[in-house]
Parts: sequence; structure tokens; C-alpha cells
Amino acid sequence: MADRKYMIVIGAGKVGWNLARELIEKGNEVTLIENNRDSYLTVEQELEHGVQYGDASELWVLERAGISRADMVIAVTGDDEDNMLICQVAKEKYLVDRIIARVNNPRNRPHFELLGVRPYVSATDLILRVIEHEVPDYGLVHLLDLPEERLEIIEMLLTDDSRVHGQRVGDLNMPAGSLLISVLREGEGGFVPGPDTVLEAGDEVLAVLDPSVEEDLKAFFGPDGNGS
Amino acid sequence: MSRGTPSRSIRSVFVVIVGCGRVGSTVARSMLREGHDVSCLDEDPEVHARLEVGLETSWEDAGGQFTVGTALETDALDAAGVEKADAFVASTNGDNTNIIIAQIAKRRYNVPTVVARILDPLRAEWYEKQGVKTICPTNFAIRMLEEELMGTAGDG
Repeated sequence: MADRKYMIVIGAGKVGWNLARELIEKGNEVTLIENNRDSYLTVEQELEHGVQYGDASELWVLERAGISRADMVIAVTGDDEDNMLICQVAKEKYLVDRIIARVNNPRNRPHFELLGVRPYVSATDLILRVIEHEVPDYGLVHLLDLPEERLEIIEMLLTDDSRVHGQRVGDLNMPAGSLLISVLREGEGGFVPGPDTVLEAGDEVLAVLDPSVEEDLKAFFGPDGNGS
Repeated sequence: MSRGTPSRSIRSVFVVIVGCGRVGSTVARSMLREGHDVSCLDEDPEVHARLEVGLETSWEDAGGQFTVGTALETDALDAAGVEKADAFVASTNGDNTNIIIAQIAKRRYNVPTVVARILDPLRAEWYEKQGVKTICPTNFAIRMLEEELMGTAGDG
């Protein structure tokens, strides 16, 4: 274990409780805050003084938990407004370095963005992503998103009607701001293509790109045509 | 200057009120009576009846607008006409909801006047400093009670 961090986890539901347990096992100091008396009493039997009873959107509850010395605040309650508010306050009032928020309803994602509550994690989105990965007909799959750095790595399956099918990598005129980094091919596994690599239908191509050129890249690897 | 729907008088404004309990619905009726355009949003359809208390016509005939929906839903806020609002009142029964939607109204929809009702004095104080106009009824109650009690102590 590198260095021991102080982490405050808000919400002792399944996510928060398991998270707190794992973080403690990894050697961190953890305080879990729960505002439902019954849930609190259940968790308290295991975590004892590691769990505090209270509404973490009350500032004094956060202060009692020692928020000003926290290295990280993780808000995983079942209420998006609470998660947003707690993280916003942690970051802007108590100057906590790192926050992580749980998004319950993926439609609330723009609100987290708007309020600068990042990073956030949405279980629904994660599962959707796995589905997309398992069923690549969905088109473009995000493998890694680094919004702050304005970078992402995507994967795309080339179909029979892909406009790059049969083309040499050296001849590709990739959209500016994107780079082909790897090809996954049935029977050959993954490899870094050279200029003479010829792309085939069934290849899964991996590219690193600026998020703003995502649509261009999708069209670039996508089907030829639509009557054009 | 109204950015809103056709105004009945030059100084009429278009106000969106989210959360129409006792406070929200009363403010909504007063604003309507003063000749302003009022649009209410609440997740409870029954609230419509509360809006009509003391009115001789229906809420709509009186000129009001009512949308059923959750405050965080962009679709509901759009339907309530937030993008055209001159003023926005966040008066649901949740402090956190009010704080979040007030910021959404301000930052996303650029509503010029945004007021949030926040019951918790500590949260109200901090968000007021962050530029969210807040009304904290708890503070009024505390002050009035204190004055009442101090008065008694003084007399005794």
C-alpha cells in the first residue's frame, strides 16, 4: 500500500458499504456517512466507529467527519441532487482535492458537468458500455475517456461496406486530431498497423482522438454511401 | 423588459416557479394577480388544485401555466418555459434540489433573476456567498423566536 489516505464515503447503501470495506482493506482511513438510522445501525455492527450517522448535505456533519483533512470525498447516495451538492461543497468550500460522484439517472449527467462535479460514475452507463463492447454493431465504443485532457480512445468494427475496407493504412487520410493506434483481427490478435497494413472488414480498429472529431471519425470508418 | 410570452403590462415578467407547496403556490397566485405571467412546475399533479384555491376560474383561465414533472428533468424545465423566464423560483421541499436547480436555471438557461428557498441556514449562507440568491425561512423563524424570548426575559 503506497500511502494511507483519508476518504469520506457518503451513502451506506450496497455501493457505499462495499466501497468503504474495500478502501479500508487497502489500508485507507475511511469514514462512511449514512442518514438512514436503520442502514446506519446495520453497517455500524461491522464498521463500528468507521460509520457516522447524519445527513452529509448538512455542512456540520461533513465538518464533524473531518472533511477539511479529507483526501477524497466519494458521494454514492441514491439521490443525484445530494451527490452533486455534497461534491460541489467538498470541492469548492472545503477544497477537497479529489471527489467522485455517483450518477443514478444518466439523464442527469449534463447537470454534473454544468456544476463541475467530475469525475462521476454511472452504473447504467458502465453496463451500456459493456453491452456495446459485447455487441459491437452499436458502432463506436469508448474504451477510455479523458475529458479534462480532451482525449479519448475508441474502438470501431469495420463492416463490409466500410469506406476504408481494403485500403492501405499509409493511404488513409484520417481526420485531423485522430490517430489509428491498433487493429484487432480475427486469428491474428491485436497489432500496431504499419503503412502497408490493409484494413479488412471484420477488423476492430482502435484510435486515439480529440472528442470533437468523434463524428468525423465515425463517418470515416463507417459505411460508404447513403447515396452519396 | 420581458423575454416571456405576450405581456399584459409593460412591467410584466415571466416567472417560473418550481415546487408549488404552500409557499410556491401562494407566490404563484400573487404574481398572477399582479399581472405577471406565471408557469408552475411540480411533480405532483394534485398541486394544480392547490393553485386554484381562492380563484374563481381555473388556473389556466386565470392565465397560469402548469407542468407536471421532476425539477431536474431538462424536458420538464423546457416545457415550463425556463429558457424564456425573467425570474426563476426554486421552492421544492428539498434544499439540495433547490440549490441544484437554481444553479441550472442560472448557468444553463441564463435566467436573470433566480431565487432558491433553502431551509438550512448553513447551506443558505454558503450558497448566498457563491452568488445564489437564497431565502432562508428558518432564519426568519429563529430571529422572531429569539426576539420574542429576549423580550420576555427583558420584561421579567
